[in-house]
Amino acid sequence: MGLTEGTVRATQYGDSSYEFQVYGANSEPKKPETRGVRRVRRPSPIAIFALAAALAITVVGCSSSSSHGTSAGSGSGSGATITYWASDQGSSIADDYTVLNPELAKFTKQTGIKVKLEVIGWPDLLNRVLAATTTGQAPDVVNIGNTWSASLQATGALLPWSAQNFSAIGGENKFVTSALGSTGAAGKPPAAVPLYSVAYALYYNKAMFQQAGIAGPPATWADLIADGKKLTHGGQYGLAIEGGSIPENIHHAFIFGQQHGCSFFSSSGAPTFTQPGCVQGVQQFVNLMGSDKIVNPGDAEYDQNQSLSDFASGKAAMLMWQAAGANLKAHGMSSSQYGVAPVPVQSGVPGQGTSVDSMVAGINIAIFKNTHNLAAAEKFVQFMTSPAEQMILCKEYGSIPPVSAAQQDPAFATPELSVLRNVLATSAVAMPQVSGESQFETLVGTAVKNLFADAVNGPVSAQTVEQQLASAQSQMSG
Amino acid sequence: MARASTSAPAGPERTQARAGGISPRASARRARPGRLRRISLPYLLLLPALLFELLVHLVPMVVGVFISFKALTQLYLAQWEHAPWAGLGNYRTVADFNGPIGQALLHSFVVTCAFTAIAIGLSWLFGCAAAILAQDRFRGRGVLRAIFLTPYALPAYTSVITWAFMFQYNNGLVNQVLHNELGITSRPTFWLLGDNSFIALVTVSVWRNWPFAFLVIMAGLQSIPRELYEAAAIDGAGIWQQIRHITMPGLRPVNQVLVLVLFLWTFNDFTTPFVLFGNAAPQNADVISLHIYNASFLTWNFGEGSAMSVLLLLFLLVVSGGYLLVTSRRRDA
Repeated sequence: MGLTEGTVRATQYGDSSYEFQVYGANSEPKKPETRGVRRVRRPSPIAIFALAAALAITVVGCSSSSSHGTSAGSGSGSGATITYWASDQGSSIADDYTVLNPELAKFTKQTGIKVKLEVIGWPDLLNRVLAATTTGQAPDVVNIGNTWSASLQATGALLPWSAQNFSAIGGENKFVTSALGSTGAAGKPPAAVPLYSVAYALYYNKAMFQQAGIAGPPATWADLIADGKKLTHGGQYGLAIEGGSIPENIHHAFIFGQQHGCSFFSSSGAPTFTQPGCVQGVQQFVNLMGSDKIVNPGDAEYDQNQSLSDFASGKAAMLMWQAAGANLKAHGMSSSQYGVAPVPVQSGVPGQGTSVDSMVAGINIAIFKNTHNLAAAEKFVQFMTSPAEQMILCKEYGSIPPVSAAQQDPAFATPELSVLRNVLATSAVAMPQVSGESQFETLVGTAVKNLFADAVNGPVSAQTVEQQLASAQSQMSG
Repeated sequence: MARASTSAPAGPERTQARAGGISPRASARRARPGRLRRISLPYLLLLPALLFELLVHLVPMVVGVFISFKALTQLYLAQWEHAPWAGLGNYRTVADFNGPIGQALLHSFVVTCAFTAIAIGLSWLFGCAAAILAQDRFRGRGVLRAIFLTPYALPAYTSVITWAFMFQYNNGLVNQVLHNELGITSRPTFWLLGDNSFIALVTVSVWRNWPFAFLVIMAGLQSIPRELYEAAAIDGAGIWQQIRHITMPGLRPVNQVLVLVLFLWTFNDFTTPFVLFGNAAPQNADVISLHIYNASFLTWNFGEGSAMSVLLLLFLLVVSGGYLLVTSRRRDA
C-alpha cells in the first residue's frame, strides 16, 4: 500500500511542469560540458532506435487496415481464401466450430478454396455486419437473421441474388417457397438465400401434464390459460417466457398481433403500431403474466435463455420456442420428456390469416457485394445449400432445411421437426419485409420489455400498451 | 529542454570554426543541419504519439461532427460519406423537446444528471469518510485499505455482471438477503426493472467509484500537517471542527480535480448500464450514453446519434470549462 500512496502523492504534488523543471535543471545544462561536439550533434543510437521503433509502430498501426483489406485474394475460385462469419447456431460458439470445421475442410478438399471461419454470437452479429458495411472491411460470406434481410438489403452492402447469381448456386427453385419469403423486400432481388429454417412451437412437459390430469397440449388460448393455471403452483409455473429479450418479444408480438388482424406496417411501408389488433395482441401476450398469472414475474428479466433452462429443469411446464430440441438436450432434457405442438391460436386450428402461429424464422446466408472472391463465395454458398450439407448441418442444429431436396429426408420426420415443418408449410408468415424492419424489432421489442416490467405488478391495460406502441412508432417516424 | 538544445552547441561550433580558419558562413552551413536535427529530434519523437492521438481521439471526433450534419441512415451505410447533407436538421430533431426524439433525449439527460449528482455525492462521501477513518494508524489498516480498493481494481465488466446476477429477481443475492433472510421487504423486489433500476444503477456506480475517491482523498490527507490537528486539539477543537476547518480546506485542491474526474466518468459511463440492463435500459435508468448508443446503433440513424453526441460533448466542455474557471478563480481569491 505504501507504494500506491507514494505514487499518488507524487502525482498530486508534481504536475508535469514540476517534473519538467527537475529534468531541465539537472540534465540539460550538463550536456555541453560533459559531451564532445560530435557526440552532442549526433542523436544517440537509443534515441534513433526509439524513433524508428515508434514510427514503425505508427506505420504498422495505420496500415493494418489496408493489409486486412487486401487479404481477400484474387477471386479466381480455386486457391482463394474467403472469410465466413457464421452465426451461433449450436449450444455454444465452441460447438459451432466443432460442427462447421469438418464441413469447411470438406469444402476446401473439394474446391481448393480455403475458408477462414469466425463464429459470432447473436448479440454482436448485427453490429459486426453494420461495422463491416460502413468500413468495407467485410467478410465474403455472412449469416444473417432472416428478419434482417430487408433492412440490410436497403444498405446496399449485400450482393443481390439476381437470376444469374442464383444460377451459380443451383437456381432459385431448389429452395422452399416460404423460406424465400424472408430474403428481402418484395419486387427486389433477394439480399440473401435461406440456410436454416425454424418455426415456433409449444413445448410441454409430459410428466407435469399427466400429473395435472391434462390429456394433451392446448390448442386455443383459452385452453392454454386454463392448463397454465392448473400447472401453476408452488414454485412451478404454467409457461416460461423470455420477457427481457427483445428478439423473443418482437416475434411473439408479431405472432399474437397477426392473430388479431394486426399489420405493423401499411402497404406503403409506414409504421402502424397502434392499430387495435396490434394493441390487443401485445396486451394478450404480456397479460399471460399480468392477469393470467401463469408466468413467473421473474421471467420479465430473462434475456439469456433462462426460460429454456427453467423449462428443462421443471420450473415451468410449457415453453414457446424455435426448434428447442438441441438446446433442451444440452440442458439435460431428453426428447421423450417433452411433447411438441403448434403454438395455440384463437380458433384452435392453425392456418393463415388470424390463425397464424409462427413467423418464418431462420438464418439466411449472404455475400457482401464488395467481395473480391465472388466466384469462390458463390461456390461456398452452393456448397452450404447443397442437399447433402443441408442434411448434415440441419441435423446438427435441429433446424429444418429450406432446400426442398433435403427437407424430404426421413431424418426430419421426428415428432418435433414434423411439427415445425408443418407449421412452416401451413401456418407461418414472414416478418414484415420493409427497410425499417430492424428498427421495428428494436423499438417494439423494447416496448414489450417495458410492458413486462408493468405486468409484474398486475394486469396491463390496453391504454398502457397503446402508449408504449405509440412511443415506439413516433421514434420510427422521426 | 528546447533552450538547452539551441544554445549548447553554439559555443563549441564557433570555437572550432575560428581555430580551423574556416569562414563563419561555411561553419553556419555545417552547423545548420546539426542544429536542425537536434531541434527536430524531440518533435520527431513526439510525432508517433501525436499521430496516435489524432487517430484515436481527434479524427473520430471530427468525423462525428461531420456525420452530425449528414442524413446518415441505413440507406447510406455502405457509402456513408455520400449521405446527403442534413444541415442543422439532425440538431433540430434531437433538440426539439416537444418531439418524441427530443423528449426522450431530454428525459435521458435529466436521468443522467440525477444519476451523476447522486453517484458522485455518495462516492465522495464514502471515499472521504473512509479515508479520514483510515488515516490514523491501527492494526490491520493496510489490509482494510486493500479491501476498500478491490472494487476499483476489478475489471468493470466482471464486477458489473456480478452485480447483475446479485440483483436478479428470482435467484439474486440481494433479494435473498433483504427478503428471505432479513425480511426487510414484504416480497422480492425487481431491481433491474422499473423504478428500482435507478437505485441499482447508482449502487453499482458508487460501488465502483468510491474507492477512487478514497484513494485520492487518502493521498490528499498526507499533505495536511499533523501539527495543525494537534494544535487544534489543544485549542479544544472537536473532530467535526477539525474536519471542517482543517481537513476540508486542506483537501480543496484535491477535491476540485476529484469531483471533475468523477463527473466525467459517471456522466459518460456506458459499461455499467449496458452490462446491467443490456441494450434496452428501463426508462428510469436510461442514461445518455446508452440512449445515444441506441439512437445510433439500434435504429441505424447515425446522423441523429452523432448530433446527440456532439451536443453531449459541448455540454461536457461547457461544464468542465465553467467548473475549472470557477474553481481556479476561487483559488486565486
